[in-house]
Amino acid sequence: MTDTPLLKVGGLSKFYGSRIGCKDVSFELWPGEVLAIVGESGSGKTTLLNCLSTRLMPTTGSVEYRMRDGNFRDLYHLSEAERRFLMRTDWGFVHQNPADGLRMTVSAGANVGERLMAVGDRHYGNIRSTASDWLSRVEIGTDRIDDQPRAFSGGMRQRLQIARNLVTGPRLVFMDEPTGGLDVSVQARLLDLVRGLVNDLGLAAIVVTHDLAVARLLSHRMMVMKDGYVIEHGLTDRVLDDPREPYTQLLVSSILQV
Amino acid sequence: MATPLVVSEVFKSFTMHLRDGIKLPVINDVNFSVAGGECVVLGGPSGIGKSSILKMLYGNYAVDAGQILVNHQDRIVDIARADPRTIIDVRRHTMGYVSQFLRTVPRVPAVDVVAEPLFARGVDAAEAREKASDLLAKLNLPRELWSLPPATFSGGEQQRVNIARGFITSHRILLLDEPTASLDAVNRRVVVEMIAAKKSDGVALLGIFHDEEVREAVADRILDVLEFSPRKAAA
Repeated sequence: MTDTPLLKVGGLSKFYGSRIGCKDVSFELWPGEVLAIVGESGSGKTTLLNCLSTRLMPTTGSVEYRMRDGNFRDLYHLSEAERRFLMRTDWGFVHQNPADGLRMTVSAGANVGERLMAVGDRHYGNIRSTASDWLSRVEIGTDRIDDQPRAFSGGMRQRLQIARNLVTGPRLVFMDEPTGGLDVSVQARLLDLVRGLVNDLGLAAIVVTHDLAVARLLSHRMMVMKDGYVIEHGLTDRVLDDPREPYTQLLVSSILQV
Repeated sequence: MATPLVVSEVFKSFTMHLRDGIKLPVINDVNFSVAGGECVVLGGPSGIGKSSILKMLYGNYAVDAGQILVNHQDRIVDIARADPRTIIDVRRHTMGYVSQFLRTVPRVPAVDVVAEPLFARGVDAAEAREKASDLLAKLNLPRELWSLPPATFSGGEQQRVNIARGFITSHRILLLDEPTASLDAVNRRVVVEMIAAKKSDGVALLGIFHDEEVREAVADRILDVLEFSPRKAAA
């Protein structure tokens, strides 16, 4: 067990005018840990994710990240160049809609290669072979390397987006409903893939989902949000098997059994 | 060496918020310990809280009060208060659990389901799979099933995958929730032998066995859970 967290979040709040987006969220995230944020639509989970990943400026609070040199930096005091570098290299962001995270009109290989070029890789042969390696890791045939994601199915696009994010060896990946909109067999394949990659690479991840089964499968720890507040927080199987809060009990008892 | 597992003054109830907040007491004032090399069996009728006790020890259920002290890598961890990260670490290195039912993960073959606790500890994949295969062979799971995901297996087959997964590590504490419930006589005997082997390795075992023959064969001591039942007074 390493003793230093990767991310320290303290008293984070975001207001939209007088409306609460998320309120007073504090937690720490360690390397190799997957945290699920669950709750219904409008509970503030995406607002929280966007604040954590600096896509949105919080009203108050701090988010500190341990940089590769071991020093903690407050994310909202980074320069724009530093922040962009972090987002391109040390972080990944997997959007629910792959079209938001991919360039739909350039080839699959270039989608993966672009992130490598952002970290300074310039050798075409190396970039192409790394891209090809990553496509096969996410189970996309390497004969599709020159095809545009426009020609891919939804499941393939999502896998491509994951490859694009992981190619630079990030330490932290944000995922917003990564399996939303995929049919169940495609979902199972993607979950299995993400699970394997997270384990193999020792990634830390923050996954927003409304699907408790996805949370159980992927995450170690879980935060339940309601009306912008974190109402319950704990070990994933503890929260799901012995929910304490009325709302969590309602959520868990609303799962459809197959 | 410190006692691997000490349970002291543990209370547990469920508050059902969807049922007007009624409070269901599960167990009161649980006290016991399990020594290394010992197999303690939780006895008593169904619904008395035996599985709940195992789940609390594993950190799966929260406790209202009391301590669950586990000797984890030469320090004492109180599961009742430990943070999620510590509980995960305890599960990875010190305390194993064989549940009544296997929770299958889509697409993962049986042999990898069994080997996973070793993968998690960083054991080489080939070595972990070899050990998993040995266990599956020992439990007479047909070889042609090893590479298939267990979701479509029969109850007994799934249970054997589950047992192999629980026994593959050298955890110092092992919790067993009716591991032999859906097994035939031959495989029940295999499990009894595996438990005996764990005992001689000095593992502390705590289990629930409804099968009398198995219970007789493995138990050093039977702990009557009725003692801890809030319904004791009413009964």
